[in-house]
Amino acid sequence: MKGSYDILVVGIGGQGTILASNILGGACLIEGRTVRGAETHGMAQRGGSVESHIRIDGKFGPLIAPGTADLLIGFDMLEGLRYSHFLKPGRRIVLNCRMVIPTSVFVQGLAVPSQDEVIRALSRFDLCMIDGEEIARKAGSVLAANVVMLGAASHHIPLAPGSLVSAVQNLVPPKTVEINTRAFEMGREAGMRC
Amino acid sequence: MEERYLLGNEAIAHACLEAPVGFVSGYPGTPSSEVIEILASRPDLSCSVEWSVNEKVALENALAVAWCGVRAFCTMKHVGLNVAADPLMTSAYTGVTGGLVLMVADDPFAHSSQNEQDSRMYAKFARIPCLDPSTIQEAHDMVRDAFALSEEFGLPVMFRPTTRICHSKGDVALGPAIPFTGKGEFHRDPRQYVVIPAHTRVLHRKLNEKQPEIRKRLSQLSYNQYQVRGRKAVIASGIAASYVQEILPPDISFMKIGAYPVDEEWLAGFVRMHESVLVIEELFPMVEEAVREVAGCVPVHGKKDGHAPYEGELSPDVVARIMTSCGFSPAVEYPAVQPVPDLPPRPPILCAGCMHRPVFYAIRKVFRDGIYPSDIGCYTLGVQLGAVDTTICMGASITVGSGIFHSGEERDVVATIGDSTFLHTGIQGLMNAVYNGAEMTVVILDNRTTAMTGHQPNPNTGYTACGTAVPPLSLEAICRACGVIYVETVDPYDLVSLTAALRSAKERPGVKVVIAKQPCVITARRAGVKRGRFTVDSDTCTGCGVCVKFGCPAIEQHEEKAFINDLCSGCAVCMQICPSGAIGKEGAR
Repeated sequence: MKGSYDILVVGIGGQGTILASNILGGACLIEGRTVRGAETHGMAQRGGSVESHIRIDGKFGPLIAPGTADLLIGFDMLEGLRYSHFLKPGRRIVLNCRMVIPTSVFVQGLAVPSQDEVIRALSRFDLCMIDGEEIARKAGSVLAANVVMLGAASHHIPLAPGSLVSAVQNLVPPKTVEINTRAFEMGREAGMRC
Repeated sequence: MEERYLLGNEAIAHACLEAPVGFVSGYPGTPSSEVIEILASRPDLSCSVEWSVNEKVALENALAVAWCGVRAFCTMKHVGLNVAADPLMTSAYTGVTGGLVLMVADDPFAHSSQNEQDSRMYAKFARIPCLDPSTIQEAHDMVRDAFALSEEFGLPVMFRPTTRICHSKGDVALGPAIPFTGKGEFHRDPRQYVVIPAHTRVLHRKLNEKQPEIRKRLSQLSYNQYQVRGRKAVIASGIAASYVQEILPPDISFMKIGAYPVDEEWLAGFVRMHESVLVIEELFPMVEEAVREVAGCVPVHGKKDGHAPYEGELSPDVVARIMTSCGFSPAVEYPAVQPVPDLPPRPPILCAGCMHRPVFYAIRKVFRDGIYPSDIGCYTLGVQLGAVDTTICMGASITVGSGIFHSGEERDVVATIGDSTFLHTGIQGLMNAVYNGAEMTVVILDNRTTAMTGHQPNPNTGYTACGTAVPPLSLEAICRACGVIYVETVDPYDLVSLTAALRSAKERPGVKVVIAKQPCVITARRAGVKRGRFTVDSDTCTGCGVCVKFGCPAIEQHEEKAFINDLCSGCAVCMQICPSGAIGKEGAR
């Protein structure tokens, strides 16, 4: 019996999916709820495609089955599309509108979908496009793009925004608390317009 | 009691502090590495923590600590246990006085490994208890119990989490960390610790005599348990038990196995209460074989009748399919969905500015027709650059290289091996190659760290796991001591010198070593090294594609012109390979 709210956060190694998972898990603990998560470590992190599974109120294993996620957060357009089959039809996908083109595309001359093609391919979902980098830059640092994305997705996360903000403040480096708090709030505002 | 959202390996590390443990050793290997990293970074650390040079060394250190009555914890990945198998097998004979817990992290699906071996089999082989957690909380609690079990039976205990325990997260209740204040003392007892034949025959009998007690004791722990709920039963082990619990309907009985060896009578009693039994476990059918032995005429489903896979990892949806396939209806049905087809893959890749890339480039230029045995590390990714022909296990680049030479193969052999791997098990191969007259070039990719697993220090780095500065060893001196005459150290960012060193190696007889030395680009960045970025002058660029094929993630191609993105770390190698001089330092034009 599922009973959990399942979030998949995907991106490229180094974009901060693990911090996003820690923030969601931390917010669950603030609310006294159980949580399970699974993430990519090791060799796959070297610029490869990475995924974090987070199961709010999860009590069993950490893995989300394809076709059953309640929310997908994509830090890169191509990665959002790659993992989109994990999401239930009609559910929200919060997607950063940037795409880092894989080196394999240049070296092997592979085709890469355009932004429009990605958007068309995701039409069966509730797509919310966010310019994470641009908003993060306005908030004070482009490195806060992952927190912007969480803020934008927070309308669809069954955790109080206050818990998420507290978790952000507990987990980011002390010097960046102000920037990240602003990034979360600006992301949340951008997500409201979707 | 404190509740935190922790990575499995963080919870395991914390359990070591609760034990409290007196000594921790290991060799880095995904998914085990974080345990020692976390312990070593604790400012309040009261025990001794080390990165050993390999797993055999780590286990022998830990074993001796346990012989002195102090609790020891030893970590490695599954394939590391092959290296440590020699002390493991006999440590069960000698036993221990302080608790010795051997953490062996298995990697079903080989997320970051060269095979999918099942370490539970090693525990069975060595006749030691094995604990296999199904959740992170259980992983934490098992480490605590493993020390007590080890001391109760005077045996090393294997603790065997898998990737989905080590690298998963959950809310975990922790106990207090207790400062370690003990002091080891060795009690001379040759009959216990000197395994000459006369002693070891007795020790072997004693080990076998312990087995029934161990089985009985393990069936009293909560790690093996069952609920009878219907005529059919599912028996599951390790993390697979969590997947089964998520989808098990209320009318199917359930048994969870988390501790080995399993008591046969206890198992038989449960199995015979049912009309049919399905066994769900990852990798080897170890529980299934035990169930089949006691099942009598009760039908048993699992791997051996083709319903469940022998390879890869399980997940709730895979378990649901297995259940459906043998007539056990799961409580959850999963949609049949397919990933979007034909997307360009994004495999892991050597970083922009990685020192390995120019080395592979130069090797392929100088030894155009060469054979390239390689080893385990980030540089195994050189397979994408056509510069890695073999990888089998740690240290096997040089040995495979000398073997290829001895086969009579006439092409040049160029082996690549990282500094940490060379120190792990590469030196013996080098010594052997020189001794037995091989002709080959060995390139040591010296990036001053164990990069792939997260930049753990090694004796070549200059400091210990806990950050204590030590005099770095000399790779050159080691190679010369092995009998290598030509040993040349070069900066791999300097393509001219690198190529020249490889050329002179090529011309000489015997075993030659080129050490390409440059700190890992990630550690260099963390240490504050800043190099200016490079840029392409699009008027000069002919779009020849040489730099693009170099495979650096900082180099893109747009409308037939190369373009350098902001991943550039300023290594300057692309500038040296551009045939039309179109690449230069940013702002220099």
